[in-house]
Amino acid sequence: MASILTNLFDGVAYGMLLFVLACGLAVTLGLMNFVNLAHGAFAMAGGYICAVLVNNSGWPFFAALPLAFVASAAIGVALERTLYRHLYTRSHLDQVLFSIGLVFMSVAAVDYIMGSSRIFIKLPAALEGQLSLFGVGIGRYRLMIVVICGLLTLALQLILAKTRFGSRLRAAVDDPRAAIGLGINVPQVFAFTFAFGSGLAGLGGALSAEILGLDPYFPLKFMIYFLIVVTVGGSSSITGPFLASLLLGIADVAGKYYVPKMGPFVIYTVMIVILLWRPNGLFGRTAAR
Amino acid sequence: MTALSDVSTHAKAGARWRVSEVAFWVLTLACAFLFPSRYLIMTDIVRLALFALSLDLILGYAGVVSLGHAAFFGVGAYSAGLLALHGIINEPVIALVVAGLVAAVLGFLTSFLVIRGVDLTRLMVTLGIALLLEALAERFSNITGGTDGLQGIEMQPILGLFAFDMFGKTGLFYSLIVLFILFLLARRVVHSPFGLSLRAIRNNPLRAAAIGMPVNRRLIAIYTLAAFYAGIAGALFTQTTALASLDVFAFERSADLMLVLVIGGTGYLYGGLIGAVVFKMLQELFQSITPQYWLFWIGLVLVVIVLVGRERIHRWVLFVPNLVIRQFAGRKAVVAVPERDAP
Amino acid sequence: MYNRRKMLLWAATTVSVAGFCAMPASAQETVKIGLIVPMTGGQASTGKQIDNAVKLYMQQKGDTVAGKKIEVILKDDAAVPDNTKRLAQELIVNDKVNFIAGFGVTPAALAAAPLATQAKIPEVVMAAGTSIITERSPYIVRTSFTLAQSSTIIGDWAIKNGIKKVATLTSDYAPGNDALTFFKQHFTAGGGEVVEEVKVPLANPDFAPFLQRMKDAKPDAMFVFVPAGQGGNFMKQYAERGLDKSGIKVIGPGDVMDDDLLNNMGDAALGAVTAHLYSAAHPSQMNKDFVAAYKKAFGNRPGFMAVSGYDGMHLIYEALKKTGGDTNGDKLVEAMKGMKWESPRGPISIDPETRDIVQNIYIRKVEKVDGELYNVEFATFEAVKDSGKTKK
Repeated sequence: MASILTNLFDGVAYGMLLFVLACGLAVTLGLMNFVNLAHGAFAMAGGYICAVLVNNSGWPFFAALPLAFVASAAIGVALERTLYRHLYTRSHLDQVLFSIGLVFMSVAAVDYIMGSSRIFIKLPAALEGQLSLFGVGIGRYRLMIVVICGLLTLALQLILAKTRFGSRLRAAVDDPRAAIGLGINVPQVFAFTFAFGSGLAGLGGALSAEILGLDPYFPLKFMIYFLIVVTVGGSSSITGPFLASLLLGIADVAGKYYVPKMGPFVIYTVMIVILLWRPNGLFGRTAAR
Repeated sequence: MTALSDVSTHAKAGARWRVSEVAFWVLTLACAFLFPSRYLIMTDIVRLALFALSLDLILGYAGVVSLGHAAFFGVGAYSAGLLALHGIINEPVIALVVAGLVAAVLGFLTSFLVIRGVDLTRLMVTLGIALLLEALAERFSNITGGTDGLQGIEMQPILGLFAFDMFGKTGLFYSLIVLFILFLLARRVVHSPFGLSLRAIRNNPLRAAAIGMPVNRRLIAIYTLAAFYAGIAGALFTQTTALASLDVFAFERSADLMLVLVIGGTGYLYGGLIGAVVFKMLQELFQSITPQYWLFWIGLVLVVIVLVGRERIHRWVLFVPNLVIRQFAGRKAVVAVPERDAP
Repeated sequence: MYNRRKMLLWAATTVSVAGFCAMPASAQETVKIGLIVPMTGGQASTGKQIDNAVKLYMQQKGDTVAGKKIEVILKDDAAVPDNTKRLAQELIVNDKVNFIAGFGVTPAALAAAPLATQAKIPEVVMAAGTSIITERSPYIVRTSFTLAQSSTIIGDWAIKNGIKKVATLTSDYAPGNDALTFFKQHFTAGGGEVVEEVKVPLANPDFAPFLQRMKDAKPDAMFVFVPAGQGGNFMKQYAERGLDKSGIKVIGPGDVMDDDLLNNMGDAALGAVTAHLYSAAHPSQMNKDFVAAYKKAFGNRPGFMAVSGYDGMHLIYEALKKTGGDTNGDKLVEAMKGMKWESPRGPISIDPETRDIVQNIYIRKVEKVDGELYNVEFATFEAVKDSGKTKK
């Protein structure tokens, strides 16, 4: 029983992590209809920035996390203003070509600067080890992930649904021309959204170094996972990707625990079945065209 | 009546062989004779070109995107490998066709999964199928050799006459002939009424269905054909390298393929061939300059291609030939026309 | 539209002609070594260590041997066997190399084996560790290790040190399966019991569920083999789950505790016992000099891949000295057979029968030395041969 709950918890933590990593992609792909395969590169940037700050400059881990967010967001907005915005109207194939190109460049650049070995972030002692709650083993680090990601999800949902910015964004996405006519500064809204999504990815990258491993090939290795989350979840809201991430996380952990021999089959089979059942994703309204 | 004759004239005009096409093939053949020290890389290019041709059939003509085309490549590769390894079919040409048919069967079966859904769903379903197959091949390592791949494949001479040599000469000419034959077939197919109907489906599936086209049946047919092509490409891979390992299914293979085709341009059959030449040459060039960081430069080229725009690059590429034409032929220069992108 | 495309066809063919012209083949009176290692992709760190070590060796020993100039041609195969094969073939046919060397993974080494046989040139394997490799061609010589060497030793050691029940966690690919088989052979023969056996997919991001399984099996120790690189994540999650506190020790072949990464793993790695061929803390003067030189040149610690690359170059140099610069493949391989020398890892030799390496295997424990983590050797099994060869 205890190990079932521990597994469930691990699955949730893993899923939450995937969500933070992928939700920026859900926004660019679902809302802005831009295929940004370079999303993982922003996550990697965040991870490496955090690692350098903590390991080399001696920053405390919790101070480096927000900075990972800010730095990735800054990189995101810089690239959006200079490169990405020219490509919003281009075909998906062009976007794929472009963003894969960016991934290749980022991989080689990080390899050049930081070396090709995996790096780790030195964690404060408070985050190491496991708590025992009613006999259920709960990793402290994973608990922190669940808390941070849970809060973020809540905040995100509130921002999108309740704030003025949220309604502007939704308007800009539904019909950019009408939105401009109503005086909404659409490019600004897009730039801000893009930056926020990149920032979240950066934060996710910093958090995932411990669990997924951080090396220069991170964006290529996890691109598939991000895409799975977004397609399975559907991209019309962030609830979809959120639930999809949890499902994926739990299915993966449970699959590996109970049928370790079939591990890799579980995720892909689940994905194919869901996509056959609901081609637009679990909560898709009009997934990316 | 006029509309019908218009269509047939158009189709016939499209199907006519052009001087440039003939020149392309003559030059390709010339390359094969001129650079005996580069047989291997050329074989690699020819294989990739055939593989890209296969993706062009579904992406360029039917508008079906796929990130898992390596599934068929892999099945073809393993089929050819197993046939040769266990001596079931020793004659490479027959084995090649059989391997292609195996891939075609898989293509037919999976096509039902693929024709549903929108682009993104298709991307992920095809990708999922390829990854599942990779996992299966790893699991049944007693058949496939697992991560080590199939070892000890020995190829018999083609038609009992031409043995595969170490320099890759036989392999290259064999691959070239296969590519040419399959290219002719593809050319015939896309200029047939069937090919035209596919283009109608690509441009607007709803309208195509409304005028009475069996959209799904057509898509299944072309998907199966493309799988056959990819299977042949995979079988060529195994036969010319005497290897088959898990990476034939890898995501990277499908993704590279997509890049190749997008670089070359979709929907005119030569895109895959040109893309394969350009991509491999760039890779070879950068790899020989910097074996460690070549990925960066490839990435930069891709980014530049998109930012500058393929049309503009095509125009620049054509600048010199245009100049020549103007000078000598006195003809009006070739004007770049914006390419119609696949959806 | 067709006009433009027609022109494109012309252009493409012209470019390709020009391109092939620009890459000429050349053959000079030097001894050429084709070094094929993964420099990109998941195995890139292996390739880099080997490349570094080769450069270091040539820096120290000069680039002329027996009157011949040594030239190394580095190629990246990204650990994909068909690349390896093509590159090896081109190196042999076009560049006329006298040695092919490197090979990060087993499939790559195997793919090149028939070429070495056909071309009659030595293939020096500097990384890949499956036993069968050297049996695939009479021209293959190995300077790295085989998994059987370290796995059988750790099995024997575990029995002697009162470990009765072991759970195994190995990556599901040839080296992982090799490690598991040889460990089980020796461990169960000595009366030990394997209570849980988990094979982890090679591309595996998260060890949590597997570790939970290990924990629930309650063994005395867990035998671990994951490819170099994943070791760090594994150890961190091992500690996170409190397996260290519940008294489950980590044992295994030393790949998990690669010196390359060890120091970044944090205190989680403390106390892990592994059997391996090399530790950067090996207490010989030669090794101290080697580590210092490597650190000075490349800024980090050499791992076992680096030392294998270093020894591989040494083997090539010495073989050339012995033949007096003769590059006949048969003579070179003959010269390599039975060669003995002192390496940074300790005394090693090439088995004249199998052309595989014979070396000491050390049992090491991760400890803190001067604030850094090191594998400190505390027991030595001398001159271990590869026991994984096909029984004749």
